[in-house]
Amino acid sequence: MAELTVSVVSADREVWSGRAKQIVARTTEGEIGVLPGHEPLLGILSAGEVRITPTEGDVIVAKAEDGFLSVENNTVTIVAGAAALV
Amino acid sequence: MGAQLRVYRQKIRSAQTTKKITRAMELISASRIQKAQARMAASGPYARAVTRAVSAVATYSNVDHVLTTERENPTRAAVVVFTSDRGLAGAFSSQVIREANELRTRLEDEGREVVNYLVGRKAVSYFAFRRRAVEKQWTGNTDQPEFATAKEIADTLVEAFVRGGDNGGVDEIHIVYNRFVSLVTQSPEIVRVLPLEVVDGVEEPGSSDVLPLYEFEPEVDKVLDALLPVYIESRIFNAMLQSAASEHAARQKAMKSASDNADKLILDYTRLANNARQAEITQQISEIVGGADALSSAN
Repeated sequence: MAELTVSVVSADREVWSGRAKQIVARTTEGEIGVLPGHEPLLGILSAGEVRITPTEGDVIVAKAEDGFLSVENNTVTIVAGAAALV
Repeated sequence: MGAQLRVYRQKIRSAQTTKKITRAMELISASRIQKAQARMAASGPYARAVTRAVSAVATYSNVDHVLTTERENPTRAAVVVFTSDRGLAGAFSSQVIREANELRTRLEDEGREVVNYLVGRKAVSYFAFRRRAVEKQWTGNTDQPEFATAKEIADTLVEAFVRGGDNGGVDEIHIVYNRFVSLVTQSPEIVRVLPLEVVDGVEEPGSSDVLPLYEFEPEVDKVLDALLPVYIESRIFNAMLQSAASEHAARQKAMKSASDNADKLILDYTRLANNARQAEITQQISEIVGGADALSSAN
């Protein structure tokens, strides 16, 4: 099965990167789920958490306030000035 | 001890003390520059992601955004100067200030009023001494910049830009900073950040990888609204990090040549002091011999 390559990036470092099965984020429009094979997307994140289900291990929760999410070619980048894992 | 000899010894001591200070500063800079370079590298993924996203929106949408359109009659231009807080870094601050002055002359020739924003105590004191008006200044952490400061600067600039030149804001934003080329070279650089000319950047995505057709959430112009300030922030933060790394590199170089120079001075004065001591001894001997001669011939 296809996987997503995910990286969570803050202004001064890469907070987390790895492979994942699913990502749930809250954009300004509402919650959005991203599975492998999702169409290219650029969304603005609103206050809330980003939940990443990695291929192995527990769900990772990241805070990415005032950031954005970009999806292309099974590569997901979650970018926020002050991104951090919870 | 002869007066001459004492003078030389004093000079040697003074050069030795100076050397201790410059050597210590050189070592401190050498250790900090590693950290500054690491921070620059660590901020790379963020800058790349933001640049890529902005170019994606700019390429696939024809929206006229307030931040991308060029004003018809620009009247006021903001110039942000990035210098250091402390001196003893060779030409680091002065070369940026010189570049900023050239930019200012050019802008004024084109009929624009220059609004100054300063980062670093050196720029602040330069402007204060010449009684030039300063819109806003940030000092205190140029050698270890924080993202919060970059955000504050970007917010101020974007706010002034949105207000526009006719309402006391600005129509253009230029930044002047030292780009970190290598440990030996730091070149001052002027970049116009707003309005965006092309979506350029140090980490431009390769022209070969075609950007996919994106879906935007919410609409394109809202995405652009949110992205552009972030882009400006990342450019400012990048300039600050480059400037910090350059500052350490410049200081290390300046302090190294200062230490070498102190070494040379110590050597020169040691030679002179030895010479003076020898001359003194020779003189004393000849005096004794002369005295003995005089005594024996008197008998």
